Amino acid sequence: MSKTLIRGAKVLGGEAQDVLIDGETIAQVGTGLEAGDATVVEAEGKILLPGLVDLHTHLREPGREDSETVLTGTRAAASGGYTAVFAMANTFPVADTAGVVEQVWRLGQESGYCDVQPIGAVTVGLEGKQLAELGAMHDSAAGVKVFSDDGKCVDDAVIMRRALEYVKAFGGVVAQHAQEPRLTEGAQMNEGVVSAELGLGGWPAVAEESIIARDVLLAEHVGSRVHICHLSTAGSVEIVRWAKSRGIDVTAEVTPHHLLLTDELVRSYNPVYKVNPPLRTEKDVMALREALADGTIDIVATDHAPHPHEDKDCEWAAAAMGMVGLETALSVVQQTMVETGLLDWAGVAERMSYAPAVIGRLEGHGRPVAAGEPANLTLVDAAYRGQVDPAGFASRSRNTPYQGRELPGRVTHTFLRGRATVVDGKLA
Amino acid sequence: MMRHLISAADLTRDDAVLILDTAEEMARVADRPIKKLPTLRGRTVVNLFFEDSTRTRISFEAAEKRLSADVINFTAKGSSVSKGESLKDTAQTLEAMGVDAVVIRHGASGAPYRLATSDWIDATVINAGDGTHQHPTQALLDAFTMRRRLVGRDAGLGQDLEGKRITLVGDVLHSRVARSNVDLLHTLGAEVTLVAPPTLLPIGVEHWPAHVSYDIDSVLAKSDAVMMLRVQRERMNAAFFPTEREYSRRYGLNGERMAKMPEHAIVMHPGPMVRGMEITADVADSDRCTVVEQVANGVSVRMAVLYLLLGGNESATPAPAARTEESK
Repeated sequence: MSKTLIRGAKVLGGEAQDVLIDGETIAQVGTGLEAGDATVVEAEGKILLPGLVDLHTHLREPGREDSETVLTGTRAAASGGYTAVFAMANTFPVADTAGVVEQVWRLGQESGYCDVQPIGAVTVGLEGKQLAELGAMHDSAAGVKVFSDDGKCVDDAVIMRRALEYVKAFGGVVAQHAQEPRLTEGAQMNEGVVSAELGLGGWPAVAEESIIARDVLLAEHVGSRVHICHLSTAGSVEIVRWAKSRGIDVTAEVTPHHLLLTDELVRSYNPVYKVNPPLRTEKDVMALREALADGTIDIVATDHAPHPHEDKDCEWAAAAMGMVGLETALSVVQQTMVETGLLDWAGVAERMSYAPAVIGRLEGHGRPVAAGEPANLTLVDAAYRGQVDPAGFASRSRNTPYQGRELPGRVTHTFLRGRATVVDGKLA
Repeated sequence: MMRHLISAADLTRDDAVLILDTAEEMARVADRPIKKLPTLRGRTVVNLFFEDSTRTRISFEAAEKRLSADVINFTAKGSSVSKGESLKDTAQTLEAMGVDAVVIRHGASGAPYRLATSDWIDATVINAGDGTHQHPTQALLDAFTMRRRLVGRDAGLGQDLEGKRITLVGDVLHSRVARSNVDLLHTLGAEVTLVAPPTLLPIGVEHWPAHVSYDIDSVLAKSDAVMMLRVQRERMNAAFFPTEREYSRRYGLNGERMAKMPEHAIVMHPGPMVRGMEITADVADSDRCTVVEQVANGVSVRMAVLYLLLGGNESATPAPAARTEESK
């Protein structure tokens, strides 16, 4: 069994400590630990976090291997400090059967860079009409517990209600992509001052907020829990805050890009800024940061959405929606939440590791950095400053909105059950 | 002068006045027996039209030919574009043929901006209408028409539209003409009022440099020019208004309403008009309606834009002799 000693790291940003990994688990946490025959990682000044968990990743396999595969996506995840990702169901074919989720799960096992937990579709073909075999996906080897039609909203109130009720039988959760479809026909960007000037079809905040309001009330009525994907508006924050104060079992995620970028960037008509839900206003960004700090929003999830170059190297209306995010997420969170004083590193661990694992009911991840726990760990050089260079991405796609932007922090090491997947900032 | 013309908002007051003054010079060419200048001889201009627009295309083509440019017309229908070729590849193909300027009409807002700012091509890009974004040469020809009518052909030279009250009526939400006009008229010092049912105004319009009214009758008496925007009949299917008749009653310009306008005030329309919808036949055919003039002015303004963007540093035409006739 191989041993690794991480020496002098600030665990969750606290006091410097040594962490000894033995095999797949953390053997000891303390000071002045003997290295013995262990490989030593000098980590003075660096931050040690539990391995990050992403509840919202698009790995694109099967079907769009030109933009990402399970292998390249998990390599990107490891580079970004993740040890587990939840793979969204909008593949080709859609992950709406036990067969497809098992395929994705198996590919994840083979990749070895990060655990892949497939998400199952709520409805057949993401069409919102007929429930997919949720129980079969849960009972499969993939053990699906999170269901989502992400990319499309489960807009039929009855289907949503039934899905919320049905998954209670096996502790599942429905993750809703909140987008009222009629209000967003032809939508190209946030509806507001900028869309009015640019003449791009508007995606109004109310299209998100009205679905969230409906779904928290449905969850209350049937006594289920519901998870809200990529919450993007100040109004959505208010609704989730109200729902939580009422005791409704709702959780919510925010993406890194919604914590940093605004619709002003769309003035460039550069489709790297085209994403769904769209970039909103400064007021929304500030409300989202605040909500993530006070716990109204539970987690950060990347919505990592790889697209091939040609789908972004075109006019705005023809471009695909989405941004890659796994390799920049922690840096964006450091800049927007840690360096602004809104969140400490323990808070980052909570929102990027512990809570996502709890929401997704994922065993073995999101655990404390303590003796006896699985050795899923991420070591961060928070002092690092550098420009984002997509050429260095492990992801197969390059559609990042941060190209050339200076972001803080860098993942130097990632450990998946004791095995280093990233060493000195490079994939092992 | 800038290298591309993408948005009316990019023009300074002085840029715009220079274009209008140059257009007056160009207009005089149209009065000559041989309506042609050698200015762009040997330069190639492509009219790249991804949307049907016969009138705009013909107007640009006439302008290019009067400046002696070599003209290539490219329409997307039946071309490689309908076979899935991207805008980038189409543009690069044209550039490889040695095109100096691309006049582009595209259904996607921002496509000309993208063409001008990406590294796809080096040619000068002129926006001939993109989606619901901008149509800057339309705004320029409208301003040209207003200046001639409201200030004077000669008196207008060097002048802007300071203090002129311009009212735009109709489907502002889907109108690139409205956006371009609001930007340019504001730059030229005019006071703009937008009139439309609330459903046909964009969210965020309150940040535009324009007044907004839902009531056409309250603004007509205070307008020096009233521009009617085309309203597509299909809009009522998306519940923007209940029926064609109701739209016409509440927002259409008829003879009775026209009578409320000041004596000197003009009626404008970018065309094509939907008679019986936003404008009645008697108004469209009246002397106060400048629709046909706008078409003629369109050629002069586009000549001016092409001339200035493609490197006209000297006077386009020999300095005109002082004119004595009264301006109208």
